[in-house]
Amino acid sequence: MVPVSYYLILSGILFTIGTVGILVRRNALVIFMSIEVMLNAVNLTFLAAGRYLNSLDGQVIVLLVLTVAAAEVAVGLALIVAIFRSRGTTDVDEVNLLKW
Amino acid sequence: MELALFLSVGAIAILGAVGVVTLRNAVHSALSLITNMVALAVLFLMLNAQFVAIVQIIVYAGAVMVLFLFVIMLLGEKAQESRERLPGQRVFAIALGALLLAEIIYVAQPNLLPGLPGKATTDMVAQGGNVQLVGRLLLSDYVFPFELTSVLLLVAIVGAVVLAKRKL
Repeated sequence: MVPVSYYLILSGILFTIGTVGILVRRNALVIFMSIEVMLNAVNLTFLAAGRYLNSLDGQVIVLLVLTVAAAEVAVGLALIVAIFRSRGTTDVDEVNLLKW
Repeated sequence: MELALFLSVGAIAILGAVGVVTLRNAVHSALSLITNMVALAVLFLMLNAQFVAIVQIIVYAGAVMVLFLFVIMLLGEKAQESRERLPGQRVFAIALGALLLAEIIYVAQPNLLPGLPGKATTDMVAQGGNVQLVGRLLLSDYVFPFELTSVLLLVAIVGAVVLAKRKL
């Protein structure tokens, strides 16, 4: 069996890549995809910990996270479409009406 | 054998995630995100989470990514990136990411998980069936969060319709 710390380190790497993606990219859609990468990394942590501790609770929590992620994608993409309609861009640097 | 499978699938997952961040075209990013999700589904199978692995492929690689591709196609070519406004943003981001990764690797030790081992050993799950056991847990101990997700999904549907509609 693969040691649990390998899984934790792999999900840490994936989470870091997602974070860097959010900080570096300016296309709102790609930022959204980076958030999905981070959510998936956290799911991997839950499952690895659940397997290591012989517990199924991690799998149930992953199912709940999946539901939240699906709802988030639906609302977020609708927001991006609405912003694109009113501003004509999905670049987060261009959407700065609230900036002081 | 299992370690070799873990390393190769993990490498595919990391490559997919790097592709999401680095590829210029949003469609290419979406495709490499699908690669990442399928690789993670294989890892979920290795962790004895068969039901979650299948749901991952159906919901994420299927439904969510189709939604993403629809929006990318809908917004079209205008969704391009401007040039960097904050000088040195990329360098700072990568430095902070390296710091975060160092912290995560520092704390990712097995004794990070101090809980007592539960009853769901591999044999017990193989005998009872993964889907049955997860379903039973979802409808007994976790029934309140499970019911809350229905409210959440309803709110998400209403929100998406309200936001996407031109005029109410």
